[in-house]
Amino acid sequence: MKYVDEFRNAEIARAVAAEIAALTDPHRHYKIMEVCGGHTHTIYRHGIKDLLPDQIELVHGPGCPVCVLPMGRVDEGIEIAERPEVIFTCFGDMMRVPGSKGNLLEVKAQGADIRMVYSPLDALRIARDNPDREVVFYAIGFETTAPSTALTLQRAKKEGIENISVFCNHVTIVPPVRALLDSPDLRLDAFIGPGHVSTVIGCRPYEFMPKDYGKPCVVAGFEPLDLLQSILMLMRQLDEGRCEVENQYGRVVLWEGNLQALKSMAEVFELRPYFEWRGLGFIAQSALKISPAYAAFDAELRYSTPGVRVADPKACQCGEVLKGVLKPHECRVFGTACTPDHPLGALMVSSEGACAAYYNFGRKSFQKVGARE
Amino acid sequence: MCLGIPGRIVEILDEDLMLAKAEVGGVRRNINIGLVHYADERVEAGDWVLIHVGFAMSKLNEAEAHSTLQALEEIGEAYEQELEELRTSQIE
Repeated sequence: MKYVDEFRNAEIARAVAAEIAALTDPHRHYKIMEVCGGHTHTIYRHGIKDLLPDQIELVHGPGCPVCVLPMGRVDEGIEIAERPEVIFTCFGDMMRVPGSKGNLLEVKAQGADIRMVYSPLDALRIARDNPDREVVFYAIGFETTAPSTALTLQRAKKEGIENISVFCNHVTIVPPVRALLDSPDLRLDAFIGPGHVSTVIGCRPYEFMPKDYGKPCVVAGFEPLDLLQSILMLMRQLDEGRCEVENQYGRVVLWEGNLQALKSMAEVFELRPYFEWRGLGFIAQSALKISPAYAAFDAELRYSTPGVRVADPKACQCGEVLKGVLKPHECRVFGTACTPDHPLGALMVSSEGACAAYYNFGRKSFQKVGARE
Repeated sequence: MCLGIPGRIVEILDEDLMLAKAEVGGVRRNINIGLVHYADERVEAGDWVLIHVGFAMSKLNEAEAHSTLQALEEIGEAYEQELEELRTSQIE
């Protein structure tokens, strides 16, 4: 329990950890998936694993939007960015994500006009300020950031700004979780549901986990104590034979979500019939595209992106890590050919990627585990 | 991009454009309040909100805002990067 003193509420953390231990059946192995990359980061940063009995294994989920983007989409973004008429705008997280022929940072160094923005509304301002250029916003993220893209396009339409388009890579959280539950590779006992995504979609979309698959789900906040408490709530459900969706983050997440955000998303986006996920393959209705009403703002139409599939480098095992089949350190290039300074795969790029979190914070535990093997 | 940062509304600037000035991580920047200021939902100066990529996503009470900020500071680098990007923002 070496990390527990770092908790702001060390007393409570100790009590929660003790109650988790008391509920743990020593003859059972529990696999709990934290869906969200932000949770993965907190788990490593605060050594949550070391506060849990050995029987409880935390499995990292697909909830890092940078990490799940297939290389073909990265390449297509780069191709748009290379067009001379384009000002390409994106979040900082995307700059170092490797495509098959380099990343955005390298393309920028070669002269492409690529600008990091904090918000899609900054991209809109750039479009307003540069009426003779074409501004493209590289939209990425789960339901946490999708509403911001939707509201930005609603405003562009209202203002009649025509020189902006969106390369839409928004994905939705429920279909990949369902795909994982359908996968024979992985047996999971329970889920820690994402916090900020749930401020938008609410808790109801997770009801299929208990109803269709018999797996409990607790929507959790981002502080270390939130995660511990969520694990305790899951362990109580498993112990009592209950199976339901519970909301540990009720101080921020409303059960029904943010209705205004959902309304804007429904107007600006529609579901793609299918979308490719790194490691998980094609998943039906798992991503958003620009709706016909906003087709004029769709960069895929404006630049006729071909939709080419590009395989990951052979050595890279991001796919297996994303599915939770491999732990980051079990990848054959982890920490050797693939490091945060020279990432081969996206999971090493994003601070919310499981590999980067493992590399930066988890190495002590990883060495401990390694020694035991 | 995935980090939500608590900020405090300083002033409602434009209810048509849903713009407000907020103090976030020691700087004042414009944000959109369209997702917390609709129908019966209202924010006003002094309220805390959770901000993602320039949009207030939900209201927070003050204690929650402070404990979230503290947790973010403990995260370190990713939070610093988010703040750095925020400082470049000029939403109109």
